[in-house]
Amino acid sequence: MSEEYSVEIVNPEKSFLSKDDVTEVVVPAFEGEIGILKDHISIISFLKPGIIKIFSKSGEESFYVNDGIIEFKNNNLSILTSLILNLKDIDKEKISEIQKSAEEELNKSDINDQEKYLLDQKLEVLKSIN
Amino acid sequence: MASLDDLKKRISSVKSTQKITKAMKMVAAAKLRRAQESAEKGRPYSDKMNNIILNLSNGISDIENAPKLLSGTGEDKVHLCVVMTSDRGLCGGFNTNIIKKAKQYFQKVLDEGKTLKIITVGTKGYDQLKRLYGDNIIERISFKESKNVNYFDADKVGKIVIEKFEKKEFDVCTIFYNQFKNVITQIPQEQQIIPLNTSEKDENSLEDNYEFEPEEDEILSNLLPKNISTQIFKAMLENSASEQGSRMSAMDNATRNAGEMVDKLTIEYNRSRQAAITKELIEIISGAESL
Repeated sequence: MSEEYSVEIVNPEKSFLSKDDVTEVVVPAFEGEIGILKDHISIISFLKPGIIKIFSKSGEESFYVNDGIIEFKNNNLSILTSLILNLKDIDKEKISEIQKSAEEELNKSDINDQEKYLLDQKLEVLKSIN
Repeated sequence: MASLDDLKKRISSVKSTQKITKAMKMVAAAKLRRAQESAEKGRPYSDKMNNIILNLSNGISDIENAPKLLSGTGEDKVHLCVVMTSDRGLCGGFNTNIIKKAKQYFQKVLDEGKTLKIITVGTKGYDQLKRLYGDNIIERISFKESKNVNYFDADKVGKIVIEKFEKKEFDVCTIFYNQFKNVITQIPQEQQIIPLNTSEKDENSLEDNYEFEPEEDEILSNLLPKNISTQIFKAMLENSASEQGSRMSAMDNATRNAGEMVDKLTIEYNRSRQAAITKELIEIISGAESL
């Protein structure tokens, strides 16, 4: 029996990536990272800023996501996200741009704890990339 | 009858108008292809989002405590309408159709004695609504600077809507836009986004039991605001494809009409030229005879 399933990543503009030879996907879920293998139970969860890792026959790929929601059902994983960047061809300027706006956001006085947590996460991840 | 010179001037002016409309048609056709493409590419996202929300809202057992964005405020007094139009004119009945649809709805709301609030997206809608409903317009947004429709613009509109909802400024929110069917047909749509209409249930997804992380209520309350932006984004994509389609067919008509006009004017020009020649000949002949 094969150990592969299919994954589709969509952002509002287009279908970003679609693969059907994936063996494992690690996503930065809100309450910690989840690794999803074939025949995982149906799950819906949302993501915090972080790195998605996709392991497939053809190799390993990593993406940075800002936020998003995942749905896994019948061995189909859908990832919806508003901003996704491939770590392979990422450019430093873009990263520092996001970093800067996140820092500005963090300095505002009227943010709640959850927002603060998410922004902290975001900065941490961005720093690790840079 | 107009003089020869006048006719000549008119012909050349109509011809240059035709050139402009022809160029606009070409530009619209090129833009249409791109807009249509991005409208199609944007569909999976909004469809998936919709599906997930349907699945989630089916799973909610406690209707009383469901997020307000889903169940509504329980009242029906203040209606917010987001009217989405284009920023540029010369696109046939595109804006007028949306406005007409919206005005019907406005009238219905006002007749029932409810409060009406309007947000206009795109300058043309504001221009057409300000005379009659100027007092009802609470916000006007325009994305003249952004070249292409993008998600962040839609997100801005979505955030404004949600902020107003959280301040309890309205109970029901409806968006108006044109749905793109094909180049000649665009259907003006009204779509209620708050409270969300979950009546169209997906049958095959019902039996599935999902695992949620964190709790489904929390996911739902995070997801619903995103869904608002997504719906607005979808409407913007449909709208931009419709705008280009509508402009293309309007400019096509204009080009054809200009062609007809040039033909008619040319015939008139030739007739009066011939009449002038005949008149001169008669004068010469009768002058020669009298000698």
